[in-house]
Amino acid sequence: MDNSRRNFFRVLAGLGLSASLGGTSIARADGGLLPGYPNQFGVLVDTTVCIGCRRCEWACKEWNKLPDQMDLKEYEKDQSVFQDVRRTHANTYTVVNRFENPRDSSKPIFVKKQCMHCYEPGCASSCFVKAFTKRPIGPVTYDASLCVGCRYCMAACPFDIPAYQYDNPWTPEVTKCTFCFDRISKEGGIPACVSICPVETMTFGKRTDLIDLAHKKIMDNPGRYVNHVYGETEVGGTSWMYLSAVPFDKIGFRTDLGTTPIPTLSKPFLSLVSPVFIVVPALAMGMYSFKKRRDEIEKDEIKKALEKKEGK
Amino acid sequence: MESTPATMKLESSWMRDKIFLGMTWGDYVRSNFTKFNAVVALILLVGIPVILYRIIFGLGPSTNLSDNNPWGIWIGFDMLCGVALAAGGFVIGTAVHIFGMKEYGFLFRPAVLTGFLGYLFAIIALTFDLGRYYRLPYPMFVSWGVSSVLFLVAWHVALYLSCQFVEWCPAIFEWLNMKKARKIFIKATLGATIFGVCLSMLHQSALGSIFLLMPEKLHPLWYSEYIPLFFFMSAVVGGIAMTIIESSASHKIFSHQIKVHDPEHLNRVTLGLGKAASVTLFAYFFMKMIGLAHGDTWSYLDTPYGYLYLVEVFGFVLLPAMIFMYAVQNNLAGWVRGCAIYTVFGIILNRLDHSIIAYNWHLAWKDRYFPSWMEVVLTITVVTIGILTFQWIMNRMPILYEHPDYEPEEH
Repeated sequence: MDNSRRNFFRVLAGLGLSASLGGTSIARADGGLLPGYPNQFGVLVDTTVCIGCRRCEWACKEWNKLPDQMDLKEYEKDQSVFQDVRRTHANTYTVVNRFENPRDSSKPIFVKKQCMHCYEPGCASSCFVKAFTKRPIGPVTYDASLCVGCRYCMAACPFDIPAYQYDNPWTPEVTKCTFCFDRISKEGGIPACVSICPVETMTFGKRTDLIDLAHKKIMDNPGRYVNHVYGETEVGGTSWMYLSAVPFDKIGFRTDLGTTPIPTLSKPFLSLVSPVFIVVPALAMGMYSFKKRRDEIEKDEIKKALEKKEGK
Repeated sequence: MESTPATMKLESSWMRDKIFLGMTWGDYVRSNFTKFNAVVALILLVGIPVILYRIIFGLGPSTNLSDNNPWGIWIGFDMLCGVALAAGGFVIGTAVHIFGMKEYGFLFRPAVLTGFLGYLFAIIALTFDLGRYYRLPYPMFVSWGVSSVLFLVAWHVALYLSCQFVEWCPAIFEWLNMKKARKIFIKATLGATIFGVCLSMLHQSALGSIFLLMPEKLHPLWYSEYIPLFFFMSAVVGGIAMTIIESSASHKIFSHQIKVHDPEHLNRVTLGLGKAASVTLFAYFFMKMIGLAHGDTWSYLDTPYGYLYLVEVFGFVLLPAMIFMYAVQNNLAGWVRGCAIYTVFGIILNRLDHSIIAYNWHLAWKDRYFPSWMEVVLTITVVTIGILTFQWIMNRMPILYEHPDYEPEEH
């Protein structure tokens, strides 16, 4: 009961109809602006280790039963996909891209890309039907049964991750990496891509532990890594984090995203909603009565003037 | 009920009076063979199959949308421009009912009707963009994503549509001869107007706030913390400009409806609106400059995007502000009308800059969006159906003139 009541007030506040609740309840609304979950899981990707075998792509498709799956051997043979830098796609939740190594051109750098599972996800704060949920254990999950298909989540994602089933006319869905929520929510479960990796590019664990691990790796191997853990602070922090030997903008990452969580960007505007519903009607009614009074006085004066004239 | 000859006669005369403009069915049909309707028929002949194609085959085959460009002209033009240019109802409503500018009272009904239809058809166009359009009521009745600016837009646009409907109702009931209902809705007008002002201020600015979540996608010259304010102010300009255009056009096209057509009066009002547009545009220009300084994005001005920005801000904001001012000072109502059309193009450019041209500016050219012919045709079709609806209503309801049987509405 309490929950539904709170929801009711929250919606009232969201619509600006509830004066007293104001901005604070909006600020605490779902889909972001949370203090973060200290025990959430994460994955640390060491791009200096990856060999570009794309088994993670294969395992992802296998586990999520995605279409266009190939034989694992064919996957490993197919090097042509590296010609272009790819992005995630309706049938592909994760992709591995190849970048030239500015230090050693004979050793290209491979970078796996998937949903970063932000601490405070832009997709969730953009969704007007709450189809996205940040789970306390880390993943940002998507519920197709609520999705209206507005695709604001795709526009709001700073990492360009959510993709859309444009070719499905009746029941299209937004698709993205699930962080294997179904696997990792079980005791001891790890994501499919992490478990298949033959060279341990990825480390799955508690996010706070991974941050420590990442910094330790950088400290212990100063020549091997640039001193930056991508995802530690980007847009407020992400569950997936990366280490690299070269500056991150050389291997397909945006380094201009800043550390402000995406949901906070629209917060000042949302907190304006309630005040507008208090101030504007008050001003409008004031203006209206002012005008009405003015009209009455005017009428009165005309009447008096007429009476005076007739009296004469 | 059995239909006796008497009721049949009654019914048919009702149809003749209310629907067929007093003509018999045959005459009415014949009266519709006009050049204008021939163009309309041609558009619908192409457009309706395109709409069906979109519904049956989905967004992929009918649009150039992609994973990198999830929004195209159905959002950028139909929604963003449509709603901004439909702001006339709220601007005139505020002026007439709250500030008591009686002189503009006769503009209220046409402005509200244009606003209502503008919103309605923006929503109709939007449904074609939604992947699951049949879930349009979800943000209202199924799941509330209150942290989303879009949630605000959805609710406020829906509520505002209802407000405008309430404001339009007196005209409907005058047409249908329902005196009691008309009286109730006349009384509701002030409340609807005030509620409508709040809703308009918020959803007009919320449409800009949608872009607040995309600092990494929108070019820094257009991305600003002040986007909500910019969108609101430019929507006011859009509302005024559209009211100038719409009132001038309908007083020409439907002049036979107005008993005492006084072009002098219309010119005076047009000049007044021109003055309001000029002041708002100047204010908007200075706000834009403050935004530029606040964002400290001067260095981008000497780039191709910077030139576009300068064209927008100087060519389509400062210049029309000055033309309006000049026209008002020299009593040139015709100039005000021309400048209003010019200003509307500026607003369209501004909305397209935000949603398409300066959006995804970091992407390579091959990944950028350009609308498909079907997207353009669908947009033209929806606009055409909107104009047809406007014409149908204008021909039947007392929008431009006072209904002879009723006391004039008090403003």
